[in-house]
Amino acid sequence: MMASKRMSPKRRRLWLLVGSLSVLGVAAALVLTALDDSLVFFYSPTQVAEKKPGPERRFRLGGLVETGSVKRSADSQEVYFRITDLKGTIDVTYRGLLPDLFREGQGVIAEGSLTSAGLFIAREVLAKHDENYMPPEVAKALKDAGRWKEGEAKK
Amino acid sequence: MADLHFLANPARFRRFSQRVTGSLAFATVLALAVGLYLALIAAPPDYQQGETVRIMFVHVPSAWLAMAGYGLLAVLSGSLLVWRHPLAALMARGAAPVGATFAAVCLITGALWGRPMWGTYWVWDARLTSMLLLFFLYLGHIALSNAYDHAERGDRAAALLALIGAINLPVIKFSVDWWNTLHQPASVMKLGGPAIHPTILVPLLWMAGALSLLFVILVLLRTETEIDRRRLEAADATA
Repeated sequence: MMASKRMSPKRRRLWLLVGSLSVLGVAAALVLTALDDSLVFFYSPTQVAEKKPGPERRFRLGGLVETGSVKRSADSQEVYFRITDLKGTIDVTYRGLLPDLFREGQGVIAEGSLTSAGLFIAREVLAKHDENYMPPEVAKALKDAGRWKEGEAKK
Repeated sequence: MADLHFLANPARFRRFSQRVTGSLAFATVLALAVGLYLALIAAPPDYQQGETVRIMFVHVPSAWLAMAGYGLLAVLSGSLLVWRHPLAALMARGAAPVGATFAAVCLITGALWGRPMWGTYWVWDARLTSMLLLFFLYLGHIALSNAYDHAERGDRAAALLALIGAINLPVIKFSVDWWNTLHQPASVMKLGGPAIHPTILVPLLWMAGALSLLFVILVLLRTETEIDRRRLEAADATA
């Protein structure tokens, strides 16, 4: 059938479509790779240490709330804690309401800026939920057996 | 596998569709009843989210179906543009509003879950933004289909949009792996098996099955309507 030099119209349309979609796919992949930096929603403490954003530059910082690091001011309006990615750590201060899921060992994303002293002043704190779903009894059993700790599951 | 080629003919598809919709509707109602019972009553609360986890039983299947619906739209569009499949355009017109509705349900339930859990209704992270884009792509498809005086030209323009927009599907799926996002990574369809306890996973899969049946029946009924509409328009034109 394909012995003749001219392709059938259906054949031609199929190859035209496959060809243009592959070009489009490659273009999209290149654009997304180029925009990589602005597509990330937050930076980890390690990335912040590499990029060194200047003071007053707003960005989002994400990681785990270090266990044992949460302290409240005397009037309990201000919260201090440390955000860690288990390699780097940054001190954070925040004034305002915290989401329900905020707790030690839990993933959070804070938006704000660094002071010249390296303290992160958060204007907004969001809790990050991980991909694990289970009933409370199962979580408790896992913890009792020492097989799993909150926050240590993974990033 | 049975040869489904006979369905390519709209008239034969219509007869087939009318034969199966009755039993399909029965199965949908039954599956939804079981699914909702499991999801709202039988499933335990989550260890961290408490009762809010129940939103997921609607949110996750809606997201899957919105994406599957767009995948269907892309396949139909391909067969319209390449093989001039007579049924493809009609089914695409039938499927687009259904997919758009599931995308909207996904976005709305996600926002309602996000407020108590994350502390915000909406953020512009890669997953949420690409899902919103999917919703707009559906709306664009519906608008473009109806933008021409000749329905066939609208069909082709919309088909082209559907194929271009299909690039967004892998972006949605892998956005949580490629970039840092507020949205959590995949729980069910991931390497190494689901990270969801069976007591929560089973109701989720039931809901996914029930809503898939609902999706299929809505697309079948809407496609029948589109076939009838096209016939009436053709009759009008010749009258």
